[in-house]
Amino acid sequence: MSIEWYLVLAALLFAIGAGGILVRRNPVVILLCLELMLSAGALAILSFSRMLGDGDGQVFVLIVLVVAACEVVVGLGLVVAMFRRRIPLDVDETTELRG
Amino acid sequence: MTTASWAWLVLLFPLLGSMVIAFGFRRLPDRTAGIIGSTAIGLAFIAGIGTLLGLLSEPSESRHVASSLWEYAGVGDLRVDLGIFVDPLAVFMVLVVTGVSFLIHVYSTAYMESDQGYSRFFSYLNFFVFSMLLLVLAGNFVLLIIGWAFVGFASYALISFWYRRTTATAAGMKAFVINVVGDIGLVLAAILIFRELGVLDYEAVFDAAPKVFSTDQWTVVAICLLLLVGAFAKSAQLPFHTWLADAMEGPTPVSSLIHAATMVTAGVYLVARTWPLFELAPAAANVAAIVGVVTLLVAGTIALVVTDLKRIIAYSTMSQIGYMFLAVGIGAYSAGMFHLMTHAFFKALLFMAAGSIIAVMANDQNIDRMRGLGKALPFTAAMLVIGSLALSGFPFTSGWFSKDEILDFALYRGGWYTILAIAGYVGAFMTALYAFRIVFRILPGRPCPEAEELIETGHVAHGEAVNPANGQPEDYEVGYPGKEHHIAEQSPGMRFGMLPLGVLALIAGFLQVPGVTEVVTKFLEPTFEGSSLAAIHPPVSKAWLGLLNGGVIAVVGIAFAWVFWVRRPAIPGSLRQKFHPLYELFVHKWYFDELIHAVIVRPVLAFGDFCNRVVEPFVVGGIVTGTTSLVRSAGALVRDLQSGMIRAYASLMVVGAIAVVLFLLLRGG
Repeated sequence: MSIEWYLVLAALLFAIGAGGILVRRNPVVILLCLELMLSAGALAILSFSRMLGDGDGQVFVLIVLVVAACEVVVGLGLVVAMFRRRIPLDVDETTELRG
Repeated sequence: MTTASWAWLVLLFPLLGSMVIAFGFRRLPDRTAGIIGSTAIGLAFIAGIGTLLGLLSEPSESRHVASSLWEYAGVGDLRVDLGIFVDPLAVFMVLVVTGVSFLIHVYSTAYMESDQGYSRFFSYLNFFVFSMLLLVLAGNFVLLIIGWAFVGFASYALISFWYRRTTATAAGMKAFVINVVGDIGLVLAAILIFRELGVLDYEAVFDAAPKVFSTDQWTVVAICLLLLVGAFAKSAQLPFHTWLADAMEGPTPVSSLIHAATMVTAGVYLVARTWPLFELAPAAANVAAIVGVVTLLVAGTIALVVTDLKRIIAYSTMSQIGYMFLAVGIGAYSAGMFHLMTHAFFKALLFMAAGSIIAVMANDQNIDRMRGLGKALPFTAAMLVIGSLALSGFPFTSGWFSKDEILDFALYRGGWYTILAIAGYVGAFMTALYAFRIVFRILPGRPCPEAEELIETGHVAHGEAVNPANGQPEDYEVGYPGKEHHIAEQSPGMRFGMLPLGVLALIAGFLQVPGVTEVVTKFLEPTFEGSSLAAIHPPVSKAWLGLLNGGVIAVVGIAFAWVFWVRRPAIPGSLRQKFHPLYELFVHKWYFDELIHAVIVRPVLAFGDFCNRVVEPFVVGGIVTGTTSLVRSAGALVRDLQSGMIRAYASLMVVGAIAVVLFLLLRGG
């Protein structure tokens, strides 16, 4: 199988994730979309690594997965904290950092 | 011990005293500050005598010692040592300063007894003596300037001693500002000396000066004139004299020590010290003599009309220092220094007597209110009369020998110096007149209520504590002498301070009887070795003729005073009516304050006002507000991007990322 299919799939996943972030307002969904984008990136790396016959890419992907897991922990923690403080779970409402 | 070690001890004791009192006053038991302060000065006096004996044991041609502790500053070609220079002139000043200071310290222990700022007072006073001794003993111009500035500060601190009195703090500031003007003159002179000669040590400067400068070359004249600016400001000579009368706001012992006996004579000392420069610049020396004469006349006329007891004596001080400047200006150095010494004795004495009188009058200093104090204050009255006799140059008192020696020298030099001498005799007549104006107005007659209270009950009167100058209530806690007043008749300490000075004011003149003793001249001779002017000695017969002149003028002046203020008390009033414009001129102190106000203060204030109204808002404000508004408007441009909306940020990122990728792709293609 040629590499293009993998790359097309990765680009598709990335685009879906990015689109999700842009259109959805629920922070949980946004985190999901973020994960999707990270995974798309990981898939691209894996494909290239396989194409070049080099194992390094797999190591990177593992690291990316770990970082992604950490990020989810922090992100979900934020979401829980927002929920506890009765802050609406809507990213368009939480605009306190406006300049 | 060597002479130099003794001289260092002279400096050490007052500094130590000042430090101990300043840092330890909380732990010192009640009123020990006075004992410590007086002891320190007494020890300094003893060390001064040690220096004198050390110097006298040398042969007369090697009677000068330079000693250095360490290098104080070394930059480039500049080498300044922390060094002293001991010669007869310095020792002479040391003895006068420490001797009179000791007596005034003892007087102060009694006079200031009920003052809340007792320890502070003695710390300041010791610091002043240290500074004055540093000024006198300094071995180079840098240390001289340091001592010069220190005494200026000490004077400021002590004039403003009662710091809750607004008049006192204003007077302190005035004195300080005018003194700093003088300091600038001195600093510029030192810079010029260093530029021209490359050295700052006295000995080196005086050695090099005749080789580098020709007589009346403009540089040496400029140096001397700048030195004179410093000397005039410190010694309250025209036109820098206005601070001295206001300085009377300070406690009376301060007026006695600083503003009569010692600090204000520093200018005279400076000219005598730098005589090799002044002899190379006769033009500048003449300026000193002329300004001295003008000052003695102006101050004499003011002293004739003002009614504030301490201010009369202050103007008299200016006038007497005018004589000293005349002396050192015409080359009568030893006569000038001799007058400096006798003046220190009788003027300190007069102020001490004034302190006692003011205490009886519950701090009222107006002589219009004083009457019949002779009966109430016999001791003080005697001292006042002795001081006034010496001041007016009554025959055989100290002032007679010293003042007339100066005028005699001026007459002997002839030429236009004769005019100066005649003006000096006019001044002497006025001196006798105003000196006995005080005596005849306040001592005889029916006692005023305060004097009566003292005679009948033995109590010193308590006035209500109101500042007569502006009607403000006084603050006894820190800003006023304290509720109790002290007079010489009831305080042994005050009598102990006054009596030796009274005796000296009477007999110190016999040190310098023309043709007989001439101790001062002989003692100072090594310092003025090589001076062509100091070598001039009027013949003894002429000197006695001069003394006769002076004596006659003094007696006539006193007689006139007696007629004016005892025999025919109506005369002064009618004279005042007849010469009303002149009286107005004198009583307004020749409008010097107004003149300085118009010429210097007003333009400076106007400039400040201009800066406040134009420069500040438009130039300074323009630059500052211009910068801030630039930043602010730039910020406003990008502020809208900070919407706080995560999705907006995300879309910007996506757009940005796409733009970057497209750019790289297109460029790569």
